[in-house]
Amino acid sequence: MSTVRRSAWAVIGIGLVVSLLLAGGLSYYASSHPDGLEKVAEDVGFLDTAEDSATADSPLSDYAAAGVDDARLSVGIAGLVGVAITAAVAFGLFLWLGRRHRAEPAEVVPDPATTP
Amino acid sequence: MHIPDGFINAPVSAAAGVVAVAGIAVALRRSSRELDDRTAPMAGLVAVYIFAVQMLNFPVGAGTSGHLLGGALAAILVGPWTGALAISVVLIIQALMFADGGLSALGLNIVNVAFVTVAVAWPLFRLLVRMLPRSRVAWMGASFVAALVSVPVSAAAFALEYAIGGNGTFSPGTVLAAMVGTHVVIGLGEGLITALTVGAVLAARPDLVLGVRDLLPKPELRTAPPVADGTRAPQSTTEGSPA
Repeated sequence: MSTVRRSAWAVIGIGLVVSLLLAGGLSYYASSHPDGLEKVAEDVGFLDTAEDSATADSPLSDYAAAGVDDARLSVGIAGLVGVAITAAVAFGLFLWLGRRHRAEPAEVVPDPATTP
Repeated sequence: MHIPDGFINAPVSAAAGVVAVAGIAVALRRSSRELDDRTAPMAGLVAVYIFAVQMLNFPVGAGTSGHLLGGALAAILVGPWTGALAISVVLIIQALMFADGGLSALGLNIVNVAFVTVAVAWPLFRLLVRMLPRSRVAWMGASFVAALVSVPVSAAAFALEYAIGGNGTFSPGTVLAAMVGTHVVIGLGEGLITALTVGAVLAARPDLVLGVRDLLPKPELRTAPPVADGTRAPQSTTEGSPA
C-alpha cells in the first residue's frame, strides 16, 4: 500500500513541477491577442460595456506583479504566486473534504446493515 | 472566456451568483463519492494545473486567442462534482487576485466555465468510453471530443446570458453565432490539451483517471508467495486491496 501511495504522490509531484514551469516560465510566451469572448465583444460592439474589476488595483492584477518592470519576470512571479496560492487553497480544501467525507460515511451512503 | 463586469446586467449576474452558490453547495456534498485518498490530492493538482494552463493563451487566428477552460479535463480526472469544485476554486482566485473575470460576474463565470463545461463533457465522455474499446488511445480520443464540444456550449451559455441580460442592444443571434464560431476553434485547443494531459496520466497511473477507473482491468491479487507459516497471508490481503 505504501508503494502505491508513493507513486501516486510522484505523479502529483511531477504535475506540480510542470505547473510551476508553465505558469512561471512558458506564460511569458502566451498569445497576447484578445481571447474569444473579448474578440467577439469587440467585433459585435459591446466591448466598451466592460468595467474594471474591483480588484484591478491588486498587486497581481492582469498577471503582472506590481512594481516589476521586466515583463518576463513580472508574469513569471504572478504565475508562481498564483500556483502557490491555488495549491494551498485546493489541496487544503480537497484533502480536508476527503477526510471529512470518510469520517462521516453514514451521511453519504446509508448502510443497509445498520438501518433495519 | 472570463466575463468582465459590465457585460451582463446586475439582476442576471446576481441570479447566476445564486445558481453558482447552489451548484457549489451540491458539489461539496456529491464530491464525497469521488474524493477517496487518490482523488483528493489529484483534485488539488488539477486545480493548480488548470490555473497554470489557463495562463497560456494560444493563438487561434484572426487576431484571437483562446485558453483552456478545463471542465472536461477536471471531470475526467477527478469526477464531475469534484472537477466543478476545482475549477470554481481557480475562478475565485483569478477574480480576487488577478482581476481575471469580474467580481460581479464571478457567478456567471462559475456557471459557464465550471458547471456547463462539466455538465457537457462528463456525460459525453462516459458515453464514448462505454462504446469505444478499452484502450489509452480510445480514451484520449474520447477526452478530445468531450473537451472540444464543451467549449462552444459554454460559449453558447454566455450568449444566452447576454440575450437575457446583456448591457447592449445587439441581436442574440449575432452574439450566439460569433461566440460559437470562435469557440469551436478554441475547442480544438481545449481538446488537444485535454487529450494529451489525460494520456500522460493514463500512461503513468491509469487508476488516477477517475473517468475510466471502472473500466480498467481488475488489479491482480498480489498474493505473497505461499511461504511457510501463513503469517504473510493477512498482510498480502491488505496490500492487494484497492487503496
